[in-house]
Amino acid sequence: MLSDRLKAKFDSVIARYPLKRSAIVPLLLFAQDEIGYVSDEAVEEIARRVGVNPIEVIEDIGYYSMLHRQPVGKFHLQVCTNISCMLRGGEKIFEHCAKELGIEHKQTTPDGLFSLEEVECLGACCGAPAMQVNYDFYENVTPEKLDALLADLRKKDQGSRIKD
Amino acid sequence: MADYRNPMLGSPLEVKVLTRRFDLANSASIAVYVAHEGYQALKKAFGMKPDEVINEVKKSNLRGRGGAGFNAGMKWSFVPGQTTKPKYVVSNADESEPGTCKDRVLMEYDPHQLIEGIVIAGYAIQSHQGYIYIRGEYRYLMDILDRAIEEAYAQGYLGKNILGSGFDFDLATHTGAGAYECGEETALLNSLEGLRGYPRVKPPFPALIGLYGCPTIINNVETLSNVPHIISHGGDWYAKLGTPNNGGTRLFCLSGHIERPGIYELPMGFPLRQMIEDVGGGVWHGKKLKCVIPGGSSCPVLTADEIDVPMDFDSLARIGSMLGSGGVVILDEDTCMVKAAWRIMKFYAHESCGWCVPCREGTHWLKTLLERFHSDGGMPDDPDTALDVSYNILGKTLCPLGDAAAMPMISILKKFRHEFEEHLKLGSCPYEKRAVNVA
Ligand SMILES: Cc1cc2nc3c(=O)[nH]c(=O)nc-3n(C[C@H](O)[C@H](O)[C@H](O)COP(=O)(O)O)c2cc1C
Ligand code: FES
Repeated sequence: MLSDRLKAKFDSVIARYPLKRSAIVPLLLFAQDEIGYVSDEAVEEIARRVGVNPIEVIEDIGYYSMLHRQPVGKFHLQVCTNISCMLRGGEKIFEHCAKELGIEHKQTTPDGLFSLEEVECLGACCGAPAMQVNYDFYENVTPEKLDALLADLRKKDQGSRIKD
Repeated sequence: MADYRNPMLGSPLEVKVLTRRFDLANSASIAVYVAHEGYQALKKAFGMKPDEVINEVKKSNLRGRGGAGFNAGMKWSFVPGQTTKPKYVVSNADESEPGTCKDRVLMEYDPHQLIEGIVIAGYAIQSHQGYIYIRGEYRYLMDILDRAIEEAYAQGYLGKNILGSGFDFDLATHTGAGAYECGEETALLNSLEGLRGYPRVKPPFPALIGLYGCPTIINNVETLSNVPHIISHGGDWYAKLGTPNNGGTRLFCLSGHIERPGIYELPMGFPLRQMIEDVGGGVWHGKKLKCVIPGGSSCPVLTADEIDVPMDFDSLARIGSMLGSGGVVILDEDTCMVKAAWRIMKFYAHESCGWCVPCREGTHWLKTLLERFHSDGGMPDDPDTALDVSYNILGKTLCPLGDAAAMPMISILKKFRHEFEEHLKLGSCPYEKRAVNVA
């Protein structure tokens, strides 16, 4: 079930455009933010709301690299290895993530906590090497900073599990 | 924003126009903006005829900061005055050109400057609706802009009858979801219409047939952020900040093997050598310079002997490169140019939308060839094959993404051919162990 908050957001986003289908990509991303991935239910709901066939929504999903149809980790690590980051050790950061977590590009840890993706330029080139955890930016990353970050994220997860 | 370091280190050589408010506390708020000249240009513009606004922008020699450097006022003048269709203003905040991270700070520290620029552009072409197309990864910036837009509505700088002028203008953000190609203006329009971001055949140009088939201007965030300053202080004042035909200042992003990486606002035409040595503190670890990518990964590269050049559109075109998007990437003496070329081609192969054959096939061929060449030395005719593939992409694709891959490739093959030969002779990479690219 999509939340009421999300449905209200859908309404306000669709109202921004003279043509409803313009809202497809934003709606997909907002749905994914809440659910963790783009579910069949989300596809159906978005198609219905903007008045297109579900296959047209699915077609869009295949094009945009941030959209996925399977759950990723609670903390999705996106490490840039493009030119500015490569020149300052971005590949080493990626390898360090892979080694620490025991997963590779586009894989998720068995506990569902972390997933890893090698990504293209994040627009943080002057803070290279750069990465994003979900939407948060981390810049001038070093292997040491990365270890601290991973420990921090693990702690954060425990905190939230104890709470609920 | 966890551990997000402000990349604005600053340099005494900067000329601050666009970044002048960045150091103020709460610079993104409307209160600070209004207290520091904010929305004064809009008031002034409403006292001018739309054509006069366009002429002032033309006079300023403001050229597009998204990469192509087209004269902004000229672009606006192509929008038909008499039409029954609605018109649109779209700000391109897709910023994905490797090496480029300047639109990000413009939106983070001064979102109202962009909003004011968009409303003035809207008034100039008599449009009543604008969109800011933001790459999906920049979610926190969308939140900042949404808040700023809300403030602007609340204080009457957006919406109906702005400042009692009788002019109406609505503005909304729109998020992408990961696609470099959506920065290309016609692909962006398709994406904004809810389609896959495939490019459209030009002509017709968006100024005539753009969003929803209506006249549309698309400008980069930095381009539009300049507009309030041009209206406030005049096109002549702005033009004089730069070099002939290249008005104003520019946000340069210095990255790679440089001592002080960061975003610096410098006058158009600022000498590249001085930018590297004095602004950026020189090549890191006291190393020698090997190569400069002058304006994002799409530009033909420069060798260390070519850096005595003023950084403006025309001067770089004269030496066979481009000013591009302002992303200046420094490569030190120990960098392997084959590997650098491979990484850049890997990017274009990943981002090619697959719509036209030369780009879809060519970028993958280049990536695969370079990968093999770099890992096991390759075959003697590989460099010529790569050159041949590049020339079969160049100028033969629907949109410039293909050219964006071919141009750096050709320049690296020509200017650093000896490094390919070294790999061949050695059967492996001669640079791998020398590089110190630890973070
Ligand atoms: C593959 C490709 C990607 C592009 N990406 C961007 C981008 O991220 N941001 C941008 O402003 N322009 C980008 N451009 C340039 C736009 O097509 C367009 O020229 C620009 O937005 C026009 O604005 P300007 O005249 O103010 O520069 C890209 C072009 C190509 C071919
Ligand atoms: S190259 Fe890594 S953020 Fe731009």
